[in-house]
Amino acid sequence: MKNKLNILISALAVFGLLLAACATPTTEAPKPTAAPAQSTAVPATKAPEATKAPEPTKAPEVVKGDPYTVGAFFSSTGPASSLGQPEVDTANMMAEQFNKAGGIKGPDGKMHELVVKMYDDQSDPTKAVEAVKKIVESDKALVIVGGTSSGASVAVNETVTKAKVPFISVASSSAIVTKADGSQHEWVFKTPQQNLPVAQVQIDWLKAKGFTKIASVGVNDAFGKDSMAAMKKAAGDAKITLVYEGTFEPKTTDFSAQITAIKAAAPEAVIVHAVPAEGAPFTVQYRDLGLKFPLVHNHGIGNQAFIDTAKTASNGVLFPIGKILVIDQLAANDPQKPVIDKYIADYKAKFNKVPSSFGGHAWDAMMMVKMALEAVGPDSAKIRDYLETKIVKFIGISGIFTIDAKDHTGIGKESLVMVQIKDGKWLYVDPKDYAKVP
Amino acid sequence: MPSSEQLAQLILSGITQGSIYALIALGFVTIYNVTGVINFSQGEFAVIGAFVAITLSQKVLLWHGQMTASLEWPLPVAALIGVASAVLIGVLLYRLGIQPSRNASPLSQIVVTIGASIALRGLVLLAWGTDPYRLTPFTEGPPFDLMGAILTRQSVWVMGLTVVFVVSLFLFFKYTLIGKALRASSANPGAARLMGINPRWMGLIAFALSAGLSALAGIVVAPVTFMTFDRGLMLSLKGFVAMIMGGLTDPVGAVVGGLILGVVESLAAGLISSGYRDAFTFAILVVVLLVRLGGFIKGRKGEALERAGL
Repeated sequence: MKNKLNILISALAVFGLLLAACATPTTEAPKPTAAPAQSTAVPATKAPEATKAPEPTKAPEVVKGDPYTVGAFFSSTGPASSLGQPEVDTANMMAEQFNKAGGIKGPDGKMHELVVKMYDDQSDPTKAVEAVKKIVESDKALVIVGGTSSGASVAVNETVTKAKVPFISVASSSAIVTKADGSQHEWVFKTPQQNLPVAQVQIDWLKAKGFTKIASVGVNDAFGKDSMAAMKKAAGDAKITLVYEGTFEPKTTDFSAQITAIKAAAPEAVIVHAVPAEGAPFTVQYRDLGLKFPLVHNHGIGNQAFIDTAKTASNGVLFPIGKILVIDQLAANDPQKPVIDKYIADYKAKFNKVPSSFGGHAWDAMMMVKMALEAVGPDSAKIRDYLETKIVKFIGISGIFTIDAKDHTGIGKESLVMVQIKDGKWLYVDPKDYAKVP
Repeated sequence: MPSSEQLAQLILSGITQGSIYALIALGFVTIYNVTGVINFSQGEFAVIGAFVAITLSQKVLLWHGQMTASLEWPLPVAALIGVASAVLIGVLLYRLGIQPSRNASPLSQIVVTIGASIALRGLVLLAWGTDPYRLTPFTEGPPFDLMGAILTRQSVWVMGLTVVFVVSLFLFFKYTLIGKALRASSANPGAARLMGINPRWMGLIAFALSAGLSALAGIVVAPVTFMTFDRGLMLSLKGFVAMIMGGLTDPVGAVVGGLILGVVESLAAGLISSGYRDAFTFAILVVVLLVRLGGFIKGRKGEALERAGL
């Protein structure tokens, strides 16, 4: 009896330890207390190929200058990895392209090699902050790109602001660039569309269908909450009622409670705010439980991982996203078409797969970095000023950017198209046809 | 106020999830009764069984996309091999971890199982990455309607197979020679040894049996809730709570405990907030420990701890 009690007590002690230990890996939400300080961000194994790029041997008149250092951190691993990996690949590919062409021609007329210091934040905002601290303190980067998840991008704000290093985020939450009072964070820019224009496109579709009652369900993190708030605002403006609003925790794979409640609320359509890690299981269970209301996702699920995981359940899903997924179905005179076509061709040639809109966000950020360095050289404050004032009608992958002091995103609703998934393919939906889908 | 349909739906989902906890808890009880070890790598067996079955039955990218498995074997074969690989790992864990440390304190042996679970989780992470995977449902088709609640075909499989596994396990313990030997060595190890029952073999069989049981649980639930590399820890903890609810040594109690746990979780998530799902599980644990150490099921307080009988 006594022995068994001892075992039980030991087991309970261990159990407590396990619970304490699992707090870090199982929750993705930004909890500053959760992660121990020693867990440092690991530099991605695919270290910047840029540094090894062959030097140009021809062109003897070129004068070499000091290298320009850029910091980068993406989620190569963890739940956001299906978004982060194409971003890493894109950033490395572009640095290699720049360096193959001799480097970046600075305002001093010399050619400067572009060195990218790449880190993996493991989809963890705490590790993202550690990576950025390294980038500004030991790498002394001039400018930073990265932040795959909204949580990570928001978390590093304080660090980059204090260090006065401009940061171009590749995540979508409005909180990344916008302060509570509506003004913009001085040192932070971002390339993906905000969640509000995404919600507005969804609302356009709802209006075309004549729907007035919707359910809104999203992941309980920075991205999901921002997207849900955007939907609430856009729906309120359009006099559409949210008959159900609910959240699920990051990395959840059981959604029976939410789907049951949605069924009881009987909406006319269901709007989901998630990335493939949760969005795909949700979609599968939604179909399994036989719900027939049209399913609309937001731009978080726009990559092949969603279709691969959800398989046939993805059929019929609608979502707004940048043009890259359906560029082959858009008008030939679309101003973005040449840029996007070239990016797709380069990416396919190097990685033998089709890039996603997320890789496109990294392309835009890297291109802005290049333009800024060419114009102002190695000066973080001048790079910031350039980004805020000189990015005008810049044709990128995600849209045509015009950034100013009041808007550090620079693209809006016009850069989004509605896409429907049909038999594992992306299908462009013309606004004229909104009433006909799904 | 939730409708009766909603309640029915939540209870059905809870029973589906609870069936899995019940199977894992049964594995805990079997190992504990025979060897006195609380095996915290129980949940990893479920993960490995499910991942092996998924890999053999559908197209899967392995090792960061460097390898593609597209064997697409029939599901029963894939499931069988999934169970077999978990059994193999269970046997290895016993031979390499538990048996050499048999003279160490129970706490040390528990730590061995935790170490094994962390290593196994790392291995799964390396091979399959962080993406959620889904096993194809056993049978395709529209779900059933049960008093307004939706019952998917896979849920029927989960519940049906759980009943089959539990019943056959009891028959095994009651009527086969090995089953009787297992019971004997848990009831009185000394006397069992005098009767010529080798406790090492019994420990080995207990680990193999529990690993297989957990792997089956992982495989039947993978089409419903997907499988991710880090599910094992939570499955272990939930199975452990179910085991404690049932009074630590009582297999019937473990099954009932698992089912109650699943339903409570589902109701908490559906009626209060999905964020409270796990909080309720652990609140139950505290209550059970404070109020009734012998578990919910046995009326005789503490006796279950004393009488280690299957």
